[in-house]
Amino acid sequence: MARIKIPIGPQHPALKEPESFRITLSGERIVETDMRLGYNHRGIEKAAEERTYVQDVYLLERVCGICSHSHSTCFVQAVEEIAGLVVPPRAQYIRTLIAELERIHSHLLWLGVAGHEVGFDTLLMYSWRDREVVMDTLASLSGNRVNYGMNTIGGVRRDFTREQLDGLLKVMDVLEERTKYYIEVATQEITLINRLSGVGSLSHEDAVKLGAVGPTGRASNVDRDVRRDDPYAAYKDLSFKVITDTHNDVYGRTVVRVLELMESYKIIRQIVAQIPDGPVTVKAPRKIPAGEAVSLYEAPRGEDIHFVKANGTDKPERVKVRAPTLANLHSVSKMLENNNLADVPITLAAIDPCFSCTDRMIRVREVSLGKSEMLSWESLRLFGIGWYLERGIDFSALNAKLKRQEKK
Amino acid sequence: MANEETIRQELATKFPFMAEKIVVKRERRIFAEAPADRFMEVIAHAAVAMGFVNLCTITGLDEGENLAFFYHLARNDGTMLNLKLAVPKAKPVIKTVSGLFPGCVIYERELVDLLGAEVEGLPPGERYPLPDNWPAGQYPLRKDWKPEMLDKAGFSKGDIKNG
Repeated sequence: MARIKIPIGPQHPALKEPESFRITLSGERIVETDMRLGYNHRGIEKAAEERTYVQDVYLLERVCGICSHSHSTCFVQAVEEIAGLVVPPRAQYIRTLIAELERIHSHLLWLGVAGHEVGFDTLLMYSWRDREVVMDTLASLSGNRVNYGMNTIGGVRRDFTREQLDGLLKVMDVLEERTKYYIEVATQEITLINRLSGVGSLSHEDAVKLGAVGPTGRASNVDRDVRRDDPYAAYKDLSFKVITDTHNDVYGRTVVRVLELMESYKIIRQIVAQIPDGPVTVKAPRKIPAGEAVSLYEAPRGEDIHFVKANGTDKPERVKVRAPTLANLHSVSKMLENNNLADVPITLAAIDPCFSCTDRMIRVREVSLGKSEMLSWESLRLFGIGWYLERGIDFSALNAKLKRQEKK
Repeated sequence: MANEETIRQELATKFPFMAEKIVVKRERRIFAEAPADRFMEVIAHAAVAMGFVNLCTITGLDEGENLAFFYHLARNDGTMLNLKLAVPKAKPVIKTVSGLFPGCVIYERELVDLLGAEVEGLPPGERYPLPDNWPAGQYPLRKDWKPEMLDKAGFSKGDIKNG
């Protein structure tokens, strides 16, 4: 059969961010995939060399919209190692707490996207509604839904009260209840299992050879997790299971992520119970002594790496960032081989490439009247509910039912 | 740190010419520097015989006279070997390690675009991460590079073309 080359991207409805894939097809079957990346290159590494360490904490937090805490923690860990700072245990626990809340919001986000990509939009609506629970929690703890601004060199910028910590237990109960339902869906819903099984296969050998990381690697039985293998923050004190799976396909990647959610709830409950008292920061010098360090961090998408070289001034000599998606993109061509063209969106989505969402407050401007109005997050939400009500779509009965479930 | 010490000794015994330059910085972090002419031998030994099967990434550094490259290797137990290679900036030629780590190609392309390394044996393919019509000879991660140099080359934002 004659071969056809189809360009997907850089701008394409199936992609959430600009990337370009040129897919060679024989009929519906994918023979080869060429990739062109770099459309999001913003020169952050160069910019980091021209800013002070403290400014860089905020700059690097913005590498990614979803894994913001991952990047800032990975960076400050490297700087703290070079400066020989001992971060107080309470700060380590708070870093871990935010890290796991971030993982929960990221995995629930992924579950919705995956549902959407296979036409299971009910799953998208359900999981994103539940994700709001963790987003609200992050907002009430840190003041923001993403880009939490938690880290500083030598510790964290905010401490939590006992009430705030105890309040998390109730949130974990709600999320755990919902996640059990998703586990049921993922392991028993036959249409979902059939749609995802055998799609985007990556054998264990290929995953090792191509350096797949995070849930993508673990679904091909690559038993690696930085939290266990190179423990940072408070992970040494916490017990959790590293979830692996042997399905080697998109289905396996789904199972790994929903089961990882349960481990995150377990970790957060331990943090609430065990968090030590004490200060949350130590004083860090403005100038960092010459030296170099490599910091690893298990972001929701896999191993994040920051290399920092200091030269004795208040600005780093070099900051190198390797986000997990770059490591996983090597595997994508392999995953797509011999699949159908229609499997491209879900296979790409299954490595969970990154995209951002950061609405907090919206400014509505009526130019003609010269009036402007601020909407808080809550009033924006009420506006949305009212908008649907006017059109005859009423969720109040469902909401009341969910509230009753939460109370139980 | 018995494990790290064993690794240090094995490397020092096998490659006595670099024995002085192997440092265990902390638990699971070993830094070493190999001379350019023996580098491929050292990295192959680490990958094949010592279990450093993962190449996490490659960091390129502008050190003035030299371009230096850190190959961040990791074992499955989380131990990292950060293997350094330095070549003169006037002739920054290195060899690809894609024979050992097929996933390294994108990291090596980054060194080509951002630091101006020449990687021998790099398979043909799209550049990464700069635009297709980025002016030749401009390497943004070199210390002497300033954004104004782009204006001098007559390159403006509106010109960016990617494949």
